[in-house]
Amino acid sequence: MTTSSQDWLTQSFLPIWLPNLAVLLGALLVALLVWQGNRSERWAVAWRRLRGDRLGQVAGAVAALFLVVGALETVVYPTDTGSRTVLQLLLSGIPQEKGYSAPLATNALSVSDPKPLLKRHLLGTDALGRDTLVQTLRATRSALWIGGLTSLVYIPLGVLLGILAAYYRGWVDDVVQYLYSTIAAVPEILMLVAILMVLGKGLGTMAIALGITGWVGMARLIRGEALRQMERPYVAAAKALGQSDWRILTRHLLPNVMHLIVIKFVLGFSGLVLAEAVLSYLGVGAPVGTPSWGAIIDASRSELSRDPLVWWNLAAASTALFLLVLSLNILGDALRRAFDPKSNS
Amino acid sequence: MFSYLLRRILFFVPIVAGVMLLTFALFFMVQSPEAMARRVLGPKATPKAVELWLHNRGYDKPLLINRIPEQPWYDSLFISQMRRLATFDLGSSDVTGRPLAEVFRQGALPSLLLTVPAFLAGLVMSVGLALYLVFIRNAVADFIASLLCVALMSVPVMVYVIFGQYLVAQVFNYFPAFGFQLNGWSTAKFLLLPIALMIVSGLGADVRLFRALFLEELGQDYIRTARAKGVSSAVVLLRHVFKNGLINLITLVVASLPFLIMGSLLLENFFGIPGLGNVLFTAIQLPDFAVVQASVFLGSLLYLGGLLLTDICYAWADPRIRLH
Repeated sequence: MTTSSQDWLTQSFLPIWLPNLAVLLGALLVALLVWQGNRSERWAVAWRRLRGDRLGQVAGAVAALFLVVGALETVVYPTDTGSRTVLQLLLSGIPQEKGYSAPLATNALSVSDPKPLLKRHLLGTDALGRDTLVQTLRATRSALWIGGLTSLVYIPLGVLLGILAAYYRGWVDDVVQYLYSTIAAVPEILMLVAILMVLGKGLGTMAIALGITGWVGMARLIRGEALRQMERPYVAAAKALGQSDWRILTRHLLPNVMHLIVIKFVLGFSGLVLAEAVLSYLGVGAPVGTPSWGAIIDASRSELSRDPLVWWNLAAASTALFLLVLSLNILGDALRRAFDPKSNS
Repeated sequence: MFSYLLRRILFFVPIVAGVMLLTFALFFMVQSPEAMARRVLGPKATPKAVELWLHNRGYDKPLLINRIPEQPWYDSLFISQMRRLATFDLGSSDVTGRPLAEVFRQGALPSLLLTVPAFLAGLVMSVGLALYLVFIRNAVADFIASLLCVALMSVPVMVYVIFGQYLVAQVFNYFPAFGFQLNGWSTAKFLLLPIALMIVSGLGADVRLFRALFLEELGQDYIRTARAKGVSSAVVLLRHVFKNGLINLITLVVASLPFLIMGSLLLENFFGIPGLGNVLFTAIQLPDFAVVQASVFLGSLLYLGGLLLTDICYAWADPRIRLH
């Protein structure tokens, strides 16, 4: 197994409990959402509809599988030679070769000197002799971290601004609309590139950049739906009962737009995973040394002109990326249908 | 109509000002001009070279307000940058020193040659497919088609490109997989593959969107009336659904028109097309901050131009809006 000295997660400056805590908090967040959802009738109905949606269930299971792999690669434990992730421990029996080798080959990919390999590799090895399957699985983490971190930036920001704009109207609405009109006026890719150029590459800055461009859509969506909810009698009733603004916002409006947030989160996550790959490919994304599907695809671009052809790295990374994005897209659509069966798409 | 347009244009003024502030904050406040100079000139640059670089561009002025005695207070980086952008003085490249207006002008044509045909062909194909899906109204076909659309949407552009290039260049050995020459009709052979890839990469999302749009129109009362009085479904689809859906479609599509000039970042780089996308790609790699800064400003102007076009289309299609 490779010792990933450049990997940001297992680098010594990061306290060892931090990634573990992040996984724990993520699990807690999911549990909280499920628990809250159980108490709402709309969510119970949607859950029942989702149970009848085979495709949605399969997609959910695939996405959950990626989530588990990403979590295993995030949870770290200390060893004598620095910290390791659980996934590295599980896959530690796979040796590192000297260079390229084809899937299930017994000898290295070299015309002049095809040395026998230490072990067969299901999906072959990359230029440094690392197992392609292991690298692909490890790269799941970058995709999930980008999706997760960015969601932590853009969802609170977008929901808060959108719901406040709809509730208070007047100048609050004007300011929020001005803010998102201005951000939306800059084409997204230019904004991302500009922010990443100035802040430098890295997962954190990528999450910030994607969050700054991403909250606009969320704020628009929530503002629109909250405006519609404000017309409903229950808001007037709550006001007539003298409930505080805060209580109306958190207990009445927020639960009624929550399903939109979840749908947007799932669909947005797939977009973020794609964005991570494209930005890493452009060279402003994941730092060198962090396994990332975008970086693997970038590296494999030159491999296609080799003879004999090296296709397995590209195929593995693209397939994993495609599977995750596809399952998230299908799951998001299934959720939308479950909450709103009348919608067309 | 005129006063309506004037109001819309006035609405854009504070947004343009906001974008100008945003780019200034990002490029000169989040990162100091000295840091920018060091990144452009490289780690080995002498302090003297950095100073000269800053002075040549006027980046050594005080940031917001000039407090140096005997100099006017407005002689600051902020005021001069705002004045420059307001007068469309784009400045010159950080690295090559070429005026950016010229760089952008040169890149516009190759970009348009790539994006306009791809846009038109893609639009016709996706509208046709969406109409066909709505027309046959077959549950199985709908299911397969929507799954296919989602699948097409889930593939990153670079995978399309790598696969397409490999297929065409290595296997069929037919078109040139790379390169560009602006030479009459023979330019087409360099553009065919990128155009095809651009269409395919956008097809899934578009067909889905247009299908939902047409289906929504199909659910309207007037469609039921038309069907009830015996109009055939093909006529309903072309006369009513398509025509009324077209208004929504135009407003969706028109907003993306100005972006055609920006080209496609990934495609142009992959195929070596010297368009605006490639200019930006090179600027990211160098890094060349002036190019990115000017692109952000011009890009947002294009976007607002698109919004304005959309507003005009809306007002033209629906008189209630311009009288309101």
